[in-house]
Amino acid sequence: MSDKKTLIINGKEVEFTDEPNLLEVIRKAGFNVPTFCYRPDLTQYGACRMCVVEVEYPNGRTVINSSCTMPPEANIKVKTNTERTRRIRKTVLELLLANHDRECTTCDKSGKCELQRYAEEYGIKDVSKYVQLHKDRFKEIDPWNPSLVRDPNKCILCGACVRACAEFQGHAVLGFANRGSKTVVQPMAGKPLASVDCVFCGQCQAVCPTGALTIKNEVNDAWKLITDKDVKVVAQIAPSVRVAIGEEFGLEPGENSIKLINAALKEIGFDLVFDTNFSADLTIMEEAHEFVERVSKGENLPLFTSCCPAWVRYMETQHPDMLHHLSSCKSPQGMLSPVLRELVPQYFEGFTKENLKIVSIMPCTAKKAEAKREELRKDGVFETDLVLTTQELAKMIKSAGIDFKALEPAEGDSPFALYSGAGTIFGASGGVAEAAVRTAYEFVTGEPLSDVDIKGMRGVDKNSRCKDVELDIKGTKVKVRVVSTLKEAEKCIKEIKNGTADFHMLEVMACPGGCINGGGQPLSFNDSKVKERRAEGLYKEDSELPYRRSNDNPDIKKLYQEYLEAPGSHKAHELLHTVYRDKFKNSYKDVVK
Amino acid sequence: MTTTLINIKAEQERVKEQIKAQGLRVLVCAGTGCVANGSLKVIEKFKELGVNVRPMTQQDKVTIVPTGCHGFCEQGVLVVIPDLDVTYVRVKLEDVEEIVESHIKEGKPVERLLYVDPKTQEHVFKNEEINFYAKQTRTTLANCGEINAESLDEALAVGAYEALHKVLEKGDSDWVIEEITRSGLRGRGGGGFPTGMKWKFTAANKGGKSYVVCNGDEGDPGAFMDRSVMEGDPHKLLEGMAIAGYAIGADEAYIYVRAEYPLAIHRLRVAIKEAEERGYLGKNIMGSDFNFEIHIKEGAGAFVCGEETALIASIEGERGMPRPKPPFPANKGLFGRPTLINNVETLANVAPIILKGADWFSSMGTEKSKGTKTFALTGEVNNTGLIEVPMGTTLREIVFDIGGGIRGGKKFKAVQIGGPSGGCLTEEHLDLPMDYDNLIAAGAMVGSGGLVVMNEDTCIVEVARFFMNFTQNESCGKCVPCREGTKNMLKILERIVKGKGEMKDIETLEELATAVKDGSLCGLGKTAPNPVLSTLKYFKDEYIAHIKDKKCPAGVCEAMKTITIDAELCKGCTKCARTCPVGAIEGTVKNPHHIDQSKCIKCGACASACPFKAIKQS
Repeated sequence: MSDKKTLIINGKEVEFTDEPNLLEVIRKAGFNVPTFCYRPDLTQYGACRMCVVEVEYPNGRTVINSSCTMPPEANIKVKTNTERTRRIRKTVLELLLANHDRECTTCDKSGKCELQRYAEEYGIKDVSKYVQLHKDRFKEIDPWNPSLVRDPNKCILCGACVRACAEFQGHAVLGFANRGSKTVVQPMAGKPLASVDCVFCGQCQAVCPTGALTIKNEVNDAWKLITDKDVKVVAQIAPSVRVAIGEEFGLEPGENSIKLINAALKEIGFDLVFDTNFSADLTIMEEAHEFVERVSKGENLPLFTSCCPAWVRYMETQHPDMLHHLSSCKSPQGMLSPVLRELVPQYFEGFTKENLKIVSIMPCTAKKAEAKREELRKDGVFETDLVLTTQELAKMIKSAGIDFKALEPAEGDSPFALYSGAGTIFGASGGVAEAAVRTAYEFVTGEPLSDVDIKGMRGVDKNSRCKDVELDIKGTKVKVRVVSTLKEAEKCIKEIKNGTADFHMLEVMACPGGCINGGGQPLSFNDSKVKERRAEGLYKEDSELPYRRSNDNPDIKKLYQEYLEAPGSHKAHELLHTVYRDKFKNSYKDVVK
Repeated sequence: MTTTLINIKAEQERVKEQIKAQGLRVLVCAGTGCVANGSLKVIEKFKELGVNVRPMTQQDKVTIVPTGCHGFCEQGVLVVIPDLDVTYVRVKLEDVEEIVESHIKEGKPVERLLYVDPKTQEHVFKNEEINFYAKQTRTTLANCGEINAESLDEALAVGAYEALHKVLEKGDSDWVIEEITRSGLRGRGGGGFPTGMKWKFTAANKGGKSYVVCNGDEGDPGAFMDRSVMEGDPHKLLEGMAIAGYAIGADEAYIYVRAEYPLAIHRLRVAIKEAEERGYLGKNIMGSDFNFEIHIKEGAGAFVCGEETALIASIEGERGMPRPKPPFPANKGLFGRPTLINNVETLANVAPIILKGADWFSSMGTEKSKGTKTFALTGEVNNTGLIEVPMGTTLREIVFDIGGGIRGGKKFKAVQIGGPSGGCLTEEHLDLPMDYDNLIAAGAMVGSGGLVVMNEDTCIVEVARFFMNFTQNESCGKCVPCREGTKNMLKILERIVKGKGEMKDIETLEELATAVKDGSLCGLGKTAPNPVLSTLKYFKDEYIAHIKDKKCPAGVCEAMKTITIDAELCKGCTKCARTCPVGAIEGTVKNPHHIDQSKCIKCGACASACPFKAIKQS
């Protein structure tokens, strides 16, 4: 350890090391300053001026500056809560509120909105002395995106969405336009968010402090299905939902509440509850088979995973010339729905192909768009009827008056609910590749992989967005690359295009850290610790499950024996594989309702 | 040193001879102002008439030299003939023949084209005797108006690249920084940060790639000193940049110029090309191993791009929005590399300092503000234009000596100094020595040097509204206090000048002004409330008159004008009633007329129509 560096915050001596900015030191010291535009994983921006503090330097000079942009310096004295800083914050809040659609009751972010929170904390009661945003000057709400809704009247121009889109996805679908008080955030050339190359990842929404960007709320459609006496509604729950939804009900991030979710869904009125983890195992069977085949033939390598719909969308709209790299496997959501449609009527009484409605619960906004892909429509019917995000399910549970924590834990409905540890780790970046390797090893060698923990693929923090792992499968060297965010993926594509790529498999998750940090998860405004704890929750479950490899899952084995025959069979192809199309020019026709 | 530098003295002698051979030099201003007044045609005409003339001075020919800006733009087109000791003002195309025939050929000056002193009403011959020039000390602008800006030879003749040669000969970058530090030069773009210190900070990061950036994004309304330097003496700027590059270890530089300055861009391009071709810039400058490449980046004219971090973002191709500091550009600037940013005027001071020494420079000015400063003098003074005076010159000298006093014998009211970021100074400040610190203490700032003189007919609230409108439009929209705060301040000011203000508006204005000043991200926001704060400080009674009495004391604000007819003076001629566009005037022939205030739109047409001056506006 080098010499200890300290500074004074509100009279308290605080040690600091490598914190990127003063704000982090302030928070570490147990104080908080409000902020709208600061997001730890994004570039520091310094626009909202809420985190201003008074800093006194050893030479006596005092300045007011935003703590999110100041590097911590030894021996400075910081005051977070002075008359001047409070006055600035109050004025900022008043000015923002005056220029804001204050219809909070009907806002989807109500209760989660940071503007609402700080306005209340700072006791803002009257903003009538400032220029008001009148109803007749409201801008049009943009509802056309299949996953997201953009309400410009709620935007406070903190730029978090702009940065998230550019810095996570390298994509800059959103940007600033105009100057002065006419400044707006908008998609390119003011087009609807559905008419630009949005991949629907929802990260913009996940960092938005207000209701300017929200998930397309389909809770009412779900209730309509549930209360419709003529249909039977079944649910499937994605891996990451179980380690995050509890946050909405006072549980810690990472706490596994799958059994409470099962119980809640039954309580709400779902007829049967299945688990997308089961079909994650199924995906591995197919994808591992495909991988082994491609390696043995030396064809279409590297293989790109295809579970992330934002990534698939990105490939189709940006790199249609490379679609052959994508695994032909549908995503776990995409695999389970047709299997259910085919087999539920066989296993359960009262269900027919016609009356069966499938609702999936996903951590992901892009899954809403995936469900509306033409390629996932059979005989005129979308294989998945409705996709709800974790956030939306939490709203349903609350509105049903269910005390989530007090529910009697329940199991999912057999035979589509049993899963291996490989299925559950799909939710964290690196999980799909790790699961695939566990099974592929056995497919190649005929022997089970003894040490199933491939630690090199794990990690969801900012520094783990690109991981390379080399494996030795009985003398064959296999190189796997794991990336999260499309910005990292784009780098890999460049490598492939210029011939420097040196890997056989590429796992891509569009959201930083994978699905546990998906756009549909409870809002954590990209808090790194929340991400890590959710991932820990998944790896913990993996380590505790009786089966660790997808091919050991007895219900999967049974499904192949009784119905699918073998991985890669004709039947399997019919149900579990898909095609991709060049959507470079006409993006969105197929997803806009 | 293994390389041998060129002999610059010999080169200077050569070009001086060349210029001597030009015979009688007729300098015609080809700065933007004079070009707008038709100087290009005047130059053509001179060339057509004068080239083959044998002047009375016994020189064997006449050469017409298009020069940079002389500063006295209001009197353009300016024609200076140094060998005849004469300056002609307001020269029109049709005057050229008379100048050639009468003065150049016969030696008889054309008196009607001479400058007339507004005080003595006498004709003035010599440039230096014109009151506008008499009190100036022109160092930055020394060559503007003296040489053809598009000729490297002419620049060399007046000492261009001699300072750079000296630097290369010495080969000691620390000495350069020390000399600039010792000179006491401070940034001329607004902030007044010590230039030497900035260089030192940037030089501390030597090693990898560094950049020099010249901020030519001159945006204050009415200010044009940077444009004049770029148009009139581009090599002085380029030389200053190269010296800066040598000092901080940079081999690449950008000049950020707004696209509204096409002439400056053109002349810079010509100058860079010529200097590179002849080895004064580019690779192995003057035979040394120092390389320095200068690019021009045209800006789209956003005021905020004058803020250094926004300027960097703009060069990088991003939206011109300021970035938080720290990190300062000296550590992490253009493309993430250490970057030295100085404005045009600052860099134009570099070569003279190196050549004449830090002591020469620091002998001018006040204790903490050294050297000279250019000001763009505009508004209600007799002489408007670009001036350069030593720091510490009083406002009185500028307004009443150089500016020749208030136009039309009106009363001085105030000056707005430093543009939209500055503040106003009043009668009590007339004897204040103007330097960085005094102005800050008075609630204004040097800024880039805009100086708008106002007389008693100027409404101070309207002035504040004008500048607030400017900053609001030019705000980048990034931080809340500036974006939303200036919008609300503007709305309040608009209310007040419309006669709809309330007393509590003043309180809200002050509240917002403090929050915007304290809370904004960059200099634009931090200084945006200055015009409001300083006018509130010195002219609060005018605000109150607008709000309480619904009166504009200066009679400017349309909404508060009342137009009445003096029954004593009115002869009942009915002219006003016939002129009124809305039929607000009633009355019968030969009887006094009357204005219906509810109908009157305060256009003032009746007042101009009245032959008896019976209609009063207040």
